[in-house]
Amino acid sequence: MKTTDTGAALKGFRLFDWLYKYGTLLTIVLLIVIFWASTDHFFSNTNLINILRSISIVTIIATGLTVSLAVGGFDLSVGSTASVACAVVISMFVWHGQPLGVGIAAALMACLVVGLVNALLVTRFNIQDMLMTLATMFVFQGLALTYSRGATISENMILPSGDFATGKIPQSFSLLGRVPWIIIIMLIVVLAVHLFLNYTKYGRYMYMIGGNPEAAKLSGIPVNRYRLLAYVISALLAGLGGIVLGARVGSAEVNAGAPYLMEAVAAAFIGFSVLGSGKPNALGTFAGAVLIGVLSNGLIMLSVPYYAMDIVKGGVLAAALAITYFRGRH
Amino acid sequence: MTQTAAGLLEMRGISIAFPGVQALGGADFTAAAGRAHALIGANGAGKSTLMKVLAGAYGHYTGSIRIDGREAKIRTPRDAKAHGIQVVYQEVDTALVPNLSVGENIMMEKLVHEMKGRHRVRWGDIHRAAQAVLGRLEVSIPTRKLVQELSLAEKQMVLIARAMTTACRFLILDEPTAPLSQAETERLFRLVRLLKSQGTGIIFISHRLPELYEICEDITIMRDGRVVARGEIKDMTQQQIVEHMLGSKWEGQFPRRTNTPGEVMFEAKDIRDGDKVKGASLFIRAGEIVGLAGLVGAGKTELCRALFGASGQVAGELKLGGRRLAVASPHDAVRSGLALVPEERRREGVFVEETVTANLTVATLPQYTRLGAWLSAARERLAAGGMIARLGVKTPDGSARVANLSGGNQQKIAIGKWLLADAEVYIFDEPTKGVDVGAKRDIYELVAGLAARGKCVLYASSEVPEIMGLTDRVYVMYDGRIVRELETDRTSEDEIMLYSTGGTGS
Repeated sequence: MKTTDTGAALKGFRLFDWLYKYGTLLTIVLLIVIFWASTDHFFSNTNLINILRSISIVTIIATGLTVSLAVGGFDLSVGSTASVACAVVISMFVWHGQPLGVGIAAALMACLVVGLVNALLVTRFNIQDMLMTLATMFVFQGLALTYSRGATISENMILPSGDFATGKIPQSFSLLGRVPWIIIIMLIVVLAVHLFLNYTKYGRYMYMIGGNPEAAKLSGIPVNRYRLLAYVISALLAGLGGIVLGARVGSAEVNAGAPYLMEAVAAAFIGFSVLGSGKPNALGTFAGAVLIGVLSNGLIMLSVPYYAMDIVKGGVLAAALAITYFRGRH
Repeated sequence: MTQTAAGLLEMRGISIAFPGVQALGGADFTAAAGRAHALIGANGAGKSTLMKVLAGAYGHYTGSIRIDGREAKIRTPRDAKAHGIQVVYQEVDTALVPNLSVGENIMMEKLVHEMKGRHRVRWGDIHRAAQAVLGRLEVSIPTRKLVQELSLAEKQMVLIARAMTTACRFLILDEPTAPLSQAETERLFRLVRLLKSQGTGIIFISHRLPELYEICEDITIMRDGRVVARGEIKDMTQQQIVEHMLGSKWEGQFPRRTNTPGEVMFEAKDIRDGDKVKGASLFIRAGEIVGLAGLVGAGKTELCRALFGASGQVAGELKLGGRRLAVASPHDAVRSGLALVPEERRREGVFVEETVTANLTVATLPQYTRLGAWLSAARERLAAGGMIARLGVKTPDGSARVANLSGGNQQKIAIGKWLLADAEVYIFDEPTKGVDVGAKRDIYELVAGLAARGKCVLYASSEVPEIMGLTDRVYVMYDGRIVRELETDRTSEDEIMLYSTGGTGS
């Protein structure tokens, strides 16, 4: 009786280990099989590309968030940062008639400032990262709104002076928001951050800091410098997400980046466990985003009414997270 | 020793495995009510695991537990408590709620489990009941004080008091004296004797042999997941116990030193850090091991951290080889050639979630990069592999997680990362705390080896015999000041103790 006891216990142990490692991938495969079996066009090339395109902005933003998670931080302001970048880049074209390079550079500069502000507040005041960036989330959202005067920025919009805006969005900029460029940008970001976190000393330092900040400090790692770097990277990638969003939509809507925050958070947290890494990682985040993308896409294909979609989406996310984090409880 | 089964706790053939490690292989253990039982063994011998099994922390062991001769099924902490088994772990802070009062912390079991059908907390009753328990234990701590304001020793007392609110028959104390001062230890022992006289069986885990003779009747010695000896402690000498623990003959604990110190290399002048360090000056010669003696709380740790820049910018002046050092952070300190092995191993010394290799290379990462920042896994593995062999770390390979290693091996890794860094000044803060005898000897060898290579070593320890056996010179700290400088050859344990306790020589 005793041997069967341990046998079962051991098997349970391994099953949850296995689920921890492969749960996310398994869920993705299951969803694909289910959608493939129940719809006609799910498995077509165009649809798969559709899915990748639809998750690219979330993935870019979530990858930045992943870097802030790696140092044990939590950048909740990524959505707002994306809004800022989106507003700045579109306004540069529409209001000021600037060329492509200037617009993108201006947006990234704005995000650099955002990242530095976040980093300084978080490292100087010893306030929990999540609370501090929750505060800055509102601040930057407000700044983006104030900058755009609370309105959508688009071509031919009416300016406060009563004239029409004459600036045009460059053709090459719109390309960034289309296939294949939008997918290529996403893949480059994921790959670059993956290499950075796993194969450079900077990434190693970040994981060390995330694992045990005190030991990292006493090992001679300049902890605050790397936390600053992480927040700057997070803001720049959020900004890139915002720029691509602007390119895709062709205008800067009010709070355009805000809806991406929660999906980015979900993708990054689902990503923790992918292949048993146990820490925030870029490939995992990508898998998390794919999971969310496949789900949204499949639900649309199944003609689930839009107002009920969030119920199913939330439920599946909860299940995915339950599988990944169940092990933590034993 | 063998009576009827009444009042007897028996564990038979306990085995348990974790991924990659057979932690216990058929261990037997017996404890009796009203007696204190010493459980001793090198780190990694399995004593903590055995006690965790008893406390219900692991459900997947094989073997049986009997209490009063009856089978006791213990698979969860709740089972263990139901059978009257309580544990006070070494990390007392994990079991207490710091922002609640002493009374609430003591009565926590009652507050959690016996509030069925009741919704209002009667504060008067809580504090009266807590006061009654403390009174029974002859401990005086105000029950309305917040736990975060207590000293470590007082927190232990609170946990013991909490255990006593239930029908506690066997109390496991996991290295309770490690962080305590002399006076606090005596207070704890008074309490243990009182509990014994009230019929509680005590299981006492400790690395300090002398105190076991003072407080325990029985002893069980473990090695490599098995019990290797048991009996009454008065029948065993310290020498025998150590031999059982190590499994081999025990020769001279401290390494023989042959080198003679050279010129003064490292100097610190008038180091100050708030009211923790009140102006300390010291120097270390090349190849010299300098002891920093003093009781717990004398400011040794704070001085070590201040020297290493870990307390931010502190007042004072550091010189290495005649050059002034600007040390405002550990980062600066490491670049200047300083290394600190901190006191709190798990919190400050190692990254438990990371691999052995990542832990060993963390202080020297730029050495293993190509093209600026790209890490070379091969070079890292090579360096870590060499260090694992040199330190004798017991690990399957460099990719094992440090969390799965024993305390002594973790400490070796915390030291090893600095050996790779090849610093000039090595600061050790209680490096043998909570480390078994075998690993202790390895650590002494490492320290002596550093001195032999001409490095400066500052060795802070509250264990006087260690200071006597290992150092060339000693600074004694008391209340944040260095009160005495002594030549180790010309002093005695008694003299160091005298100055450590604030006494003044003639």
